[in-house]
Amino acid sequence: MKTILHLLKKEFAQFKRDRSMIAIVVLAPMIQLIILGYAANMDVRNIPMVVVNYDHSQHSRDLVDRFVNSGYYSILSYAESSSEIDSYIDRGDAAVALIIPKNFGNDLYAEKRPQLQLIVDGTETNTATTGMNYASMIISRYSQNIMVNRLDVSPGSQPAARVIPEIRIWYNPDLASRNFMIPGIVGMLLMVITINLTSLSIVKEKEIGTYEQLVVTPIKPYQLLAGKTIPFIMIGMADVILVLSVAFLLFGIPVKGSLVLLLFLSVIFLLTTLGLGLFVSTISRTQQQAMMTAVFFVMLPMIFLSGFVFPIENMPGFFQNISYLLPLRYFFEILRGIFLKGIGLTDLWDQALLLTLFGVAIFSMSALRFRKKIG
Amino acid sequence: MTYPAIHIDNLTKSFGPVNAVDHLDLRINRGEMFALVGPDGAGKTTTIRILCGIIPPDGGEVSVLGFDLRRERQHIVNRIGYLSQRFSLYGDLSIDENIEFFAEIHNVRDYKNRRDELFDYMRLTPFRSRYAAQLSGGMKQKLALACTLIHKPELIFLDEPTTGVDPVSRRDFWQILSDLLKSGITIVLTTPYLDEAERCNRVGLMNNGTMMVVDQPKNIKKMMQGTVVELICDNIRAAYKILKEVEKVKEVQAFGDRINLILEDYDSGFPKVESILKSRNITIESSRTVTPSLENVFISLMQEGKVDTT
Repeated sequence: MKTILHLLKKEFAQFKRDRSMIAIVVLAPMIQLIILGYAANMDVRNIPMVVVNYDHSQHSRDLVDRFVNSGYYSILSYAESSSEIDSYIDRGDAAVALIIPKNFGNDLYAEKRPQLQLIVDGTETNTATTGMNYASMIISRYSQNIMVNRLDVSPGSQPAARVIPEIRIWYNPDLASRNFMIPGIVGMLLMVITINLTSLSIVKEKEIGTYEQLVVTPIKPYQLLAGKTIPFIMIGMADVILVLSVAFLLFGIPVKGSLVLLLFLSVIFLLTTLGLGLFVSTISRTQQQAMMTAVFFVMLPMIFLSGFVFPIENMPGFFQNISYLLPLRYFFEILRGIFLKGIGLTDLWDQALLLTLFGVAIFSMSALRFRKKIG
Repeated sequence: MTYPAIHIDNLTKSFGPVNAVDHLDLRINRGEMFALVGPDGAGKTTTIRILCGIIPPDGGEVSVLGFDLRRERQHIVNRIGYLSQRFSLYGDLSIDENIEFFAEIHNVRDYKNRRDELFDYMRLTPFRSRYAAQLSGGMKQKLALACTLIHKPELIFLDEPTTGVDPVSRRDFWQILSDLLKSGITIVLTTPYLDEAERCNRVGLMNNGTMMVVDQPKNIKKMMQGTVVELICDNIRAAYKILKEVEKVKEVQAFGDRINLILEDYDSGFPKVESILKSRNITIESSRTVTPSLENVFISLMQEGKVDTT
């Protein structure tokens, strides 16, 4: 036990003196959080739209106003005919064109079901799909309104039985990507920092030769293992708290669920990342190798495939299946669950269980390999 | 019953196709200063790393201070010290912190007196708060030795301890080593400098993973038969080539600015050498007979070894 304390003391003394380390564990999380929180906003607002209005009635102007007032669209220009649309879209000035046919207003009241045409630039899929969703929402609300109005005008008549799907978004009602991103950032940071610090601190000792020196001492492998992982559990947890505080203070996003549960499951997740860090250290000789291996073979695939960047439901089936093998996937689900929905272990127990299984398996396999390498 | 410091029996270790250590037998006594010498790749460092438990042997029996290397490692580690070829301390820790760390992980409780003693003796005291990375080569090596000695080992392994150390520091370092030897510590070292090897009690010459000869330096030098002539002439390369073909010359060793000839019989051999060089327009600037050095013997042994293997 004492030996572990001596190792920790040494580890923190070195850590304190390494300015780049301080930058990595304090500044990097802050910058990531701020960039991803502010800049990488995936919300779609003010989509530039061209309107071709052949109708010129009060109703059609009403509809256009609804588009503008929603805040999702801004009118770039009004065009005389649909042939002009091409040039707007080709140049990329407009992302959407709305074409309102002649007699739109009259047809609407004559129950002729007029057709609106919406042309969307599909090159930016994200904007296109969200833009389309918003448009159909605006249009369906509009037609709903008209029906209600008509009921008011002639109270005796029966409305046609028509079901209009209404999309309601729970937990993140504004669909603000920031709310979705921040729990993700917690998970990602925790992973990046602990995998990197663990593997680098071990490989650094290999590089400078002190590792060999440690082997020729009475230090036992498990003590070295503890000395090389405990500091990073502490630093990782400190970073989680830091990021949570900033998320709350800067973006006003509180943790809805239990903070204790969140921290506890974070420690479980750390078993995975420390295990991976140990594993990387056993296959790398230099710090560069360790860094490259960690980034390209471990972290990037995890980040891309576990639902941080791309929604898992949108992935091809093969990659969806792979994502089940990534502990980060379960941790993201847990984080978002606790963070945004405020749900507890009753709803998250299967994710928590899988996370624990992965953590224990990865950590113990890596620890065995690490032990064997020491001799 | 006293055990030898080291007993190696039929040790082998290979890295892929390379036999780094090839059926090695060696016995090193307690209280002895033993030098392993040999060309690069001879297996010196590998042998030391195996003895320290850093890499496992492939086969053979090894005991260190009477304990079996594989089964009784925990008894060995606290009794040995290891100074590796490269400087391997924490550059971002001070002299004090480095020695404190190594004392603590060796479970030495009362290291303070020992530390002060070592620092005073090695004249490191004025620099105690300096980071190890900021020390000169010689001071680094002394600090590394201090860290190796803090837990009072019975046996220390030094892998090329004076490579890259300036001559003055090297002399200091050897002074420290001879004092350590007097205090009863067994020292096993490797060195590329044969003048250093001559100061050891016994020397082992390794080549291709095997031990070619183990003996006291003076006995090794006696192995040399014939006379060594040191020759300085104007075209050393040409002279080397010519002399290699001369019958009476047993061996030619080139040392950059001079040639050493080994002649079976000086009186009949040397005049022949003189006349041949003269006929090829090479002027001899000076010549003298010298006592054979370890270097002469080793080069000679290794050349014979090469002939044997082919």
